Amino acid sequence: MFAIFYLLPVYVLLATSFKSFAEVSLKDMWKLPQNISLDSFKIAWRGDASKGVTGLSKNFMNSIYLVIPATLISSLLGSMNGYVFSKWKFKFSNTVLALIIFGMFIPYQSVLIPMVVVLQKIGLYGSIPGLIFIHCVYGIPITTLIFRNYYSTVPTELLEAAKIDGAGFLRIYRDIILPVSMPGFAVVMIWQFTSIWNDFLFGLVVAQKPSIQPITVALNNLAGSYFVEWNIQMAGALITAIPPLLLYIFLGRYFMRGLLAGSLSGV
Amino acid sequence: MKKTREEKILTFLFIMPSVILIVVFVYGFIGWTGWVSLTNWKDVVPDFTFVGFKNYIDLFHNLRFQIGLKNILVFTVLFLVVSIAIGLLLAILLDRKVRFENVFRSIYLFPMAISFIVTGVVWRWMLNPGTAATGSLGINMLLDKIGLGFLKSGWYTDPNVGIKAVVIPAVWQMSGYVMAMYLAGIRGIPQELSEAAQVDGASTWQVYRYIILPLLQPITLGAVIILTHISLKIFDLVVAMTGAGAGFSCDVPALFMYDTTFRGNFFAQGAAIATILLILVAVLIIPYLRHGLKEGS
Repeated sequence: MFAIFYLLPVYVLLATSFKSFAEVSLKDMWKLPQNISLDSFKIAWRGDASKGVTGLSKNFMNSIYLVIPATLISSLLGSMNGYVFSKWKFKFSNTVLALIIFGMFIPYQSVLIPMVVVLQKIGLYGSIPGLIFIHCVYGIPITTLIFRNYYSTVPTELLEAAKIDGAGFLRIYRDIILPVSMPGFAVVMIWQFTSIWNDFLFGLVVAQKPSIQPITVALNNLAGSYFVEWNIQMAGALITAIPPLLLYIFLGRYFMRGLLAGSLSGV
Repeated sequence: MKKTREEKILTFLFIMPSVILIVVFVYGFIGWTGWVSLTNWKDVVPDFTFVGFKNYIDLFHNLRFQIGLKNILVFTVLFLVVSIAIGLLLAILLDRKVRFENVFRSIYLFPMAISFIVTGVVWRWMLNPGTAATGSLGINMLLDKIGLGFLKSGWYTDPNVGIKAVVIPAVWQMSGYVMAMYLAGIRGIPQELSEAAQVDGASTWQVYRYIILPLLQPITLGAVIILTHISLKIFDLVVAMTGAGAGFSCDVPALFMYDTTFRGNFFAQGAAIATILLILVAVLIIPYLRHGLKEGS
């Protein structure tokens, strides 16, 4: 019974976006399409000047260009921090860790004004590199937390033994920690990919020009326009949802672990 | 581990980039915002004349802000209660070794992977009540068809419902998360505990009521913290689904901050709203972080 509630929106999304224009009517929202038609997707993707629709293809690529480097960099930083905060604790290291983690809970409204000013000063405002930079910075808390918890499960005796054999800080990181890090990286990268792809606020504030907006901002503009037929909006929504959904479908196990880590169960 | 001098320096170098970024972009920026909120900056051109708490006093006399605060309170309470109730129920149902458990779990959890914008766009159409000319649409039409027409509502278009209609998609998106947390918690409880109770003659209901539920309390606390901080900051979903709504009936402080700052250029006022939001979240999170760290070390 509950499953119906969760699947209802999926049904509407699929049923509507595959209908041909002749069939689309709000009255028939719950009817299945008679013929499968890809017209809505074509227009949502490529745009159609006569309908005043700007396609989402450019924005889809913007999101790809921004999500890949931001995910990689923030994961790497998280791994380095996690290594220190789990295996090389120092005086007050837990306090420093808590101060870092607090950064993932703040309402980003409380940093937006300085962020715009600073990005303008350093010439990154309104650009994809600017967005990459911002996502890297605000991704540090969660990536650090996940890696710190993940590395805590690596037995410290292993590291002690390596030290006796003469391995130092960097050798241990490279030869012991990194080789066992793949599941950790999978969890962190899926988490980061999903949250950066789904971000709206940073994209909205940093990317004013439509040509560099990420896909969530462009979808909101598309859906906010009264001229755009709703089957095109639904097709656009589906296009926006597909990349994180694919990750969820194929790597759901890691996704779930990221979720639970994000709930702080192991601080 | 014992550290040599070289290792101490390397430790320091490893975390330095992140620490500097966090100090500047989180704490520095928060301080900067706090300072802006005490100035007179209300135009494109900055004006850093100090005006004390004037912006805060103005805010609490501002009707839109009052409505926004009330809305976020109503939203948070409903969202919390419903998500936790549904999440717990789903977790218990799934724990009862149902067939196709994996399929159901995936169905409940997949909305978590989707952007609030996508959710908002889809639910805006589903909760579109229609007009006199079009007749009932969306969910209302469905309710008519299955004979539950009395449940029909104007949803977010009705100022008396307003923000409460946004709770539905929010629960749709987040209750699977609560389920996952509870399910992990239930699976972590040793089976011997409930088996021993059953040997002593406890009914299934009693096992849940007196053994499982009390042990799940830390998870409930975690869920409350996570859901509340998401709810206080809710922005994307409201923007995509309704906007501020008629008479600000769907408005929330995060949206008011965005409009004030980036549309109205009232930077100082926007900074004051942001600071109030931050304080609300901090009051919730800081004790939780402190508590968590003590247990962790």
